[in-house]
Amino acid sequence: MKITEEEVRYVADLANLKLTGDEVARLRADLDEILVHIDKLNELDTSGVKPMAQVLYDAGETATLREDVERAPLGQEAALANAPQPGAGYFKVPKVIER
Amino acid sequence: MDIPTLTIDAVRRGLRERAFSAAELATETLRFAEAENPKTNAYLHFCPERAMATAKRVDEQLARGEDPGPLAGVPVAVKDVILTEGVRTTCASKLLAGYVPPYDATAIARLEAAGGIILGKTNCDEFAMGSSNENSAFGPVRNPVAPDRVPGGSSGGSAAVTAQGTAVVALGSDTGGSVRQPASFCGVVGVTPTYGRVSRYGLTAFASSLDHIGPFARSVRDAATLLGVIAGRDEMDATSAFAPVPDYTSLLDGNVKGLKLGLPREYLKDLSSETGDLIARGVEVLKGLGCEVREIGLPSSDYAIACYYIICTAEASSNLARYDGVRYTSRSSESGTLSEMYRNTRGEGFGAECKRRIMLGTYVLSAGYYDAYYLKAQKVRALVAQDFTRAFAEVDAVIAPVSPFPAFKLGEKIDDPLEMYLSDIYTITGSLAGIPCMSVPCGNTAAGLPVGMQILTRHFDEATMFRLADAFEKAGGVTGQA
Repeated sequence: MKITEEEVRYVADLANLKLTGDEVARLRADLDEILVHIDKLNELDTSGVKPMAQVLYDAGETATLREDVERAPLGQEAALANAPQPGAGYFKVPKVIER
Repeated sequence: MDIPTLTIDAVRRGLRERAFSAAELATETLRFAEAENPKTNAYLHFCPERAMATAKRVDEQLARGEDPGPLAGVPVAVKDVILTEGVRTTCASKLLAGYVPPYDATAIARLEAAGGIILGKTNCDEFAMGSSNENSAFGPVRNPVAPDRVPGGSSGGSAAVTAQGTAVVALGSDTGGSVRQPASFCGVVGVTPTYGRVSRYGLTAFASSLDHIGPFARSVRDAATLLGVIAGRDEMDATSAFAPVPDYTSLLDGNVKGLKLGLPREYLKDLSSETGDLIARGVEVLKGLGCEVREIGLPSSDYAIACYYIICTAEASSNLARYDGVRYTSRSSESGTLSEMYRNTRGEGFGAECKRRIMLGTYVLSAGYYDAYYLKAQKVRALVAQDFTRAFAEVDAVIAPVSPFPAFKLGEKIDDPLEMYLSDIYTITGSLAGIPCMSVPCGNTAAGLPVGMQILTRHFDEATMFRLADAFEKAGGVTGQA
């Protein structure tokens, strides 16, 4: 067994995901099966292989920098338009500081 | 006008000869699409106001004798993970059911500037995660060719509208096969360009090192035209490439004599017989056109699925962290503390497949596992890419299947996530390497299900890929059944 229910709960905590008991059991089984398949990678000797983080092409180091020209930002109203709870120009969230 | 079979050229001709105006075409296509949509659930919502405003602009330009651009008046459908200013963009997720973007993706701005008319947004797997379109929060899409079967995924809606004829062309997104596989299942052309060829600005991020926007069309020429419009450097996406974009359609001369094609021996061994037979017949057609065919090796292919599902889930777990009930998404009503608000919002909002991928991605990136999983996968990714570099030293294009099997039945694979992942075997290698690849229709099975042939070429050599696919299409492709 590659992963326990306790580990599933720990990872869900890291990912900020609330899971039901059924979901924990189901995910444990699914992840286990996938992790067993993933173990296949250990058959490959990758010592000396440079990791590929991104598809990269030849371009100068500063090629992607643009001119430092002023631009109008999105604006507060548009930025807040989709917020579930906007208020006084801010995104409101439950209180985080106890007095 | 025969709406379901319209091509970009037919629209251009109709407008020039005043057979119809852009506004009339948009109105008629919207009416047809709204009537047909219940059969497939391919469109999630329409945007008639935006469509009619663009159509009016195109008609005014035409009346003034101006050229509105290569997509003048062409009805287009857009996968609902690509942002459209003022038009709801849900990513087929409950979390974004009410999200209205404040800006356009670069691809959207470019296609409208070229005269394209956006009719509406198409269904897909939630956040583009899936191979069957069954992971949509708004219900699955039915394959227009066989309604009891899936259209493929994740861009199932865009493939289905193209096949159904409820748009002339469509945009999808492809991370591990999400344009090519549904194109294959629905019998249309689907293109994944070189990584960086099309700006990702405004494409909802799934796995940033693998995400592409790509066109669907009923002909190779139309797909090439659409790619030509949306491709090219964009300063809003630092990974978008500077490489000049050729005029693809002018290169479709039908001449593919002497092109060297490679068949990966690793792909041919485990094909379901019908799919394998059709691909073999497709290869015979290409030989008949004067192509030279040889076997090649892509020895790291066996490891591609494991490599891909580490990289894409790791990147997804990070990209999807933003959907937390603060800025864009709905918020759980059970939100006592800040922490509970995050957890409940995400726990209630994400569907099963998104949760699975967020969990796997978080796991492989968690303390102590980074080297064993993510770093290892990045190294294997380099090996997969090297396979292609080696192949392209001896051939101009690689020919492969798109999927091991044709469209499967709704519900058939949804309970077995690993089996679903394994079905991406032939599309994932090209995605990892970042090379251009496409699916072109290659005949039907005895049951009448479409099968696609995949063409893969060197970085930025979409021109050869299109030339080959166009010559294949003009030669009649594979006719009759397997």
